Amino acid sequence: MGTEGIDIFTAEAREAREAATREGRELAETERVVAGAEAATPQEALARTREGEDIAARALPGSRDPMIINLGPQHPSTHGVLRLITELDGEIVRDVHPVIGYLHTGIEKQCENKTFWQAITLVTRMDYLSPFFNIHAYTASVEKLLGLEVPERAKWLRVMISELNRITSHLVWLGTSGLELGAITVFFYTYRERDRALDLFEMISGERMNNRYFQVGGCADDVPPGFLGLLKRFVDEMPSRVDEYEGMLSANPIWIERTRGVGVLPADELIDLGITGPALRAAGVDLDLRKARPYSGYEHFDFTVPVGGNGDAYDRYLIRLREIRESTRIIQQCLDGLPEGPHIADDRKVVLPPRPELATSMEALIHHFKLVTEGFRVPEGEAYTAVESPRGEIGCYVVADGGPKPVRVHMRDASFVNLQALRPMAKDAYLADLIAMIGSLDNVMGGVDR
Amino acid sequence: MSIQDQLKGFGITFRTMLSKPLTLGYPERKTPVFPRFRGRHRLWTYDNGLEKCVGCSLCVAACPADCIRVVAEENTPQLRVSAGERFARIYEINMARCIFCGYCEVACPFDAITLEHSYELSERDRRELVYTKDMLLAPAPKQAPLRAEGQRV
Repeated sequence: MGTEGIDIFTAEAREAREAATREGRELAETERVVAGAEAATPQEALARTREGEDIAARALPGSRDPMIINLGPQHPSTHGVLRLITELDGEIVRDVHPVIGYLHTGIEKQCENKTFWQAITLVTRMDYLSPFFNIHAYTASVEKLLGLEVPERAKWLRVMISELNRITSHLVWLGTSGLELGAITVFFYTYRERDRALDLFEMISGERMNNRYFQVGGCADDVPPGFLGLLKRFVDEMPSRVDEYEGMLSANPIWIERTRGVGVLPADELIDLGITGPALRAAGVDLDLRKARPYSGYEHFDFTVPVGGNGDAYDRYLIRLREIRESTRIIQQCLDGLPEGPHIADDRKVVLPPRPELATSMEALIHHFKLVTEGFRVPEGEAYTAVESPRGEIGCYVVADGGPKPVRVHMRDASFVNLQALRPMAKDAYLADLIAMIGSLDNVMGGVDR
Repeated sequence: MSIQDQLKGFGITFRTMLSKPLTLGYPERKTPVFPRFRGRHRLWTYDNGLEKCVGCSLCVAACPADCIRVVAEENTPQLRVSAGERFARIYEINMARCIFCGYCEVACPFDAITLEHSYELSERDRRELVYTKDMLLAPAPKQAPLRAEGQRV
């Protein structure tokens, strides 16, 4: 950064300060971060933070000045590119300012330039560890606007693949969290199973990640031959694999020492912050959208929602492992009762006609041309649908104006909201525990920045 | 930590040494892919040598990444390239932009373009990632093996 850039930020910080003095108020939190966050060096950040607020008024006799340490964005244990500006008193974190936006992709904005059909390929790429949940929320919103009924088999396929996705996401979380806290072995074990699950994704959707398997009206394709057998073998083996992970970690003194009692927030505070998913359930709040507001036929499945009690990182770990077990149970039920029928709705105004018909039916060909070039039109209105992702509530808010392109696609991403819990959690904790907290919240930066 | 714990730990190490590795020596042995895997694109011709692509640009319309460029031209009795009225004089895919969603394949009403199984696509110069029609009509230089029924890596 040249001196020019610094000047701009200094000017910005000065403006914020002057405005605050003029209005006779203290500098707001965000303004203070602006002043500190864009600094080129930690020393400079400290200087600006000091300028920005009246430290003398806050300082107690005998207290020390905090040291400002920049953590990230290129840091192996911040789950992607999260920048944390930490105010340290020795090893104790006095305050932490997360700075996001380093992985901003502009996907939400891009969706406005694509047809509803094309936007499916973009929304998968937001939270790259749970692609199926992103599209599920998006397609469900579009289906709601269209008033389109999804066939029963497609619903069950969606549940089946979503739960498999939940397993892979939790496996990545477990492996990387272990890695961050020094337990390297578990990483290799979880990635061994994850790779097999990705093989299954590849088999059914053609891609190992960023799958565009769910389409508006159902699923892109039916299951390929041999898929259900391989999936059955996978879920049959999975519980014993989870035993293996538990054997490595659950009673491991180092793991317990690093996670138990770390990152505790009371349940009501978590609710106030809007935290969802395992991080909330670990604190004893029984909120799971699959149970609370069943979608896509979840009411037909017999499963329990694991709920913890202490709300620390160890509880979150236990809950995620139990969720893997519950997911295997749901997949087993899917395999046992997968209904026959079409895998996608038969609405020629929305869904592409079946491939063989293109050669025989002129009408199908016309529909095909129209759908591909122009896209289907969605009636004016707005819809919000939420699904329970591995990280919590992923909701998609779609606004349509009657045209073939969405006016707005907004994702309520669980990672983004859950990241808010980091600051209250990290206050007055050890710096090393901060890493455990980031890990236990399981934020995916692709979902945070979108 | 007692001596039993240590023995138990070494026991696991020893057992693991005897088990078959799950990894693959990659450049020599390539990961097989499933039939639906979407990799490098390929343009197809009929048995009589005429191209299946008629330059209708449906793939261009479908592509969410805007990575395909088609310039169509009329077939003439002197120069007959495709089976339809028109043919693609220019057919380019910018592989640096492609997201392998396969919508071009879905959109094509003549099965002229498909996504094949080849996945080794890196180049030293990004200009080489713009694939021309000749490159797309030829088989992929690096083929990937197809996974046999029930085969595990």
